[in-house]
Amino acid sequence: MADEQTLQVQLVEKFPFLHEKVRIQRVRRMYAAVPAENIAEVFDHVVKEMKFSILCAITGLDQGETLGLQYHLARVSGEILTLLISVPRQQPVVRSVTPYFPAADVYEREVVDLLGFQVQGLVPGNRYPLPDGWPAGQYPLRKDWKADSLKQGGGKKNEVADG
Amino acid sequence: MADRRRVNIPFGPQHPALKEPESFLLTLGGEKILAAGVRLGYNHRGIEKACEERTYIQDLYLVERVCGICSHSHSTCFVQAVEEIAGLQIPKRAVYLRTLIAELERIHSHLLWLGVAGHEVGFDTLLMYTWRDREVVMDLLAALTGNRVNYGMNTIGGVRRDITPEQAGQILTAMDVLEERTRYYIGVVTEETTLINRLSNVGKLSYDDAVHLGAVGPTARASGVDRDVRRDDPYAAYEDVSFKVITDTHCDVYGRAVVRVLELMEAYSIVRQLLKKLPDGPVTVKAPRKIPAGEAVGRYEAPRGENVHYVKANGTDKPERVKVRAPTLANVQVVAHMLKDGYLADMPIVVAAIDPCFSCTDRLIAVAHAEPRPPETLTWDELRTYGIDWYRKRGVDFTHLNRTFGNGAT
Repeated sequence: MADEQTLQVQLVEKFPFLHEKVRIQRVRRMYAAVPAENIAEVFDHVVKEMKFSILCAITGLDQGETLGLQYHLARVSGEILTLLISVPRQQPVVRSVTPYFPAADVYEREVVDLLGFQVQGLVPGNRYPLPDGWPAGQYPLRKDWKADSLKQGGGKKNEVADG
Repeated sequence: MADRRRVNIPFGPQHPALKEPESFLLTLGGEKILAAGVRLGYNHRGIEKACEERTYIQDLYLVERVCGICSHSHSTCFVQAVEEIAGLQIPKRAVYLRTLIAELERIHSHLLWLGVAGHEVGFDTLLMYTWRDREVVMDLLAALTGNRVNYGMNTIGGVRRDITPEQAGQILTAMDVLEERTRYYIGVVTEETTLINRLSNVGKLSYDDAVHLGAVGPTARASGVDRDVRRDDPYAAYEDVSFKVITDTHCDVYGRAVVRVLELMEAYSIVRQLLKKLPDGPVTVKAPRKIPAGEAVGRYEAPRGENVHYVKANGTDKPERVKVRAPTLANVQVVAHMLKDGYLADMPIVVAAIDPCFSCTDRLIAVAHAEPRPPETLTWDELRTYGIDWYRKRGVDFTHLNRTFGNGAT
């Protein structure tokens, strides 16, 4: 348990704005809510200095007024730190973490497709996981999205129209 | 005229060499693969969204159907996250039984892989042998859980079925049989020169690349990356058993085969230890229908590698968010790297060597129309024209060849 507390103290010492924002849920599980404007420096420090060198996953959340993005980062020794940032629903812009983790590519494409995030620095490529003909502006994992929204039809017709 | 030294070949989404739909766009220079692009999503079924509209107990069965091979890995990963949020203390016996099924699942999955690998390199005898022996563990799983796959073993608060002393005896007998067979397969993999030569130096992945690109499971361990969630971030009963994390430094398909056959031996040992130490007592505790607000990240070493589930609860009987990151999603990006500079003929075995599971990876929407409408029917010619146009838009154009060979298509 001591290890998680050490990590918590280190994080708060380096970034005073995280005071009372870093939570230890259980052994090897830590969560931190980071202001969106500070995520770049916190992410860099956590990955490079604190040895959270594995990106387990990126989870997008619909939090109502804001959209949340969580980076689940792990150390080789098993601790997972989840960094949460919240960005406005109308303009959900985040920076890509592919310079640190090339594997983040599909994780970021997933939140682009399913929640409508705009990820700066993500190189153009195949979308994931929705079909190429998926109608624009339809984000299935947003809470207000229902399958009825698709009654205009996806698939082939729209794809031809896109082309 | 296009550069004839570079040819783009679409491989999939429907292709005889692939067991599930995924699409690769290969750029070839002669027989060599110069670049490979991957397009996924053909198995996207909307499971994460569907989870938000169902109760936890319904989700458990849905999540188990994310994958047909490693179904228990998804249901355990999910249920452990839910139990962490609810603060449930699971009876020891239930934890052991979960772990037992997990290892039996690993055994069937690795034997399945060995057969597929044999098939992909034209060694079908190996496929017949391993799949015959795999029936031993499949029968066992059917006897213990009632099903060969999708065992329905887990429930929130424990497991749904106990095992009898007779069944424990059957498991031990089966482990002896399988161990003997696996010794034979270890011999085949490490001594059979045809197989060694076919698999060596194919699908190379260096240690640095495996770490940098985020490979997981046997794929990473065969490149010398000593990581295993069962040891590094122990869950279920793994803290109570001893086992070796198998690594190999061949960094190719051969290494991946070695890691898997040796992991089978560890799995037999874990199963024996679990049965020896199996505590008495109940196998379930009562779980609340509504799960208090909270969140948890679950991690699980599936046969294919690290499986990650994130669950967020909002105090109701339905989760706020369920996120699944299956091991293949981490590994498939490594495949594009492995294919590069390899030969086209190696493609099936290189893809098979990560033991891909694309239904896990995509998990999530068949575009179901909310309102019934008449089905669209395409004639054969329309379908063909549609296909040609689809590829043409993506830079794959056979017009020139078709004209040359007089196929009549334009």
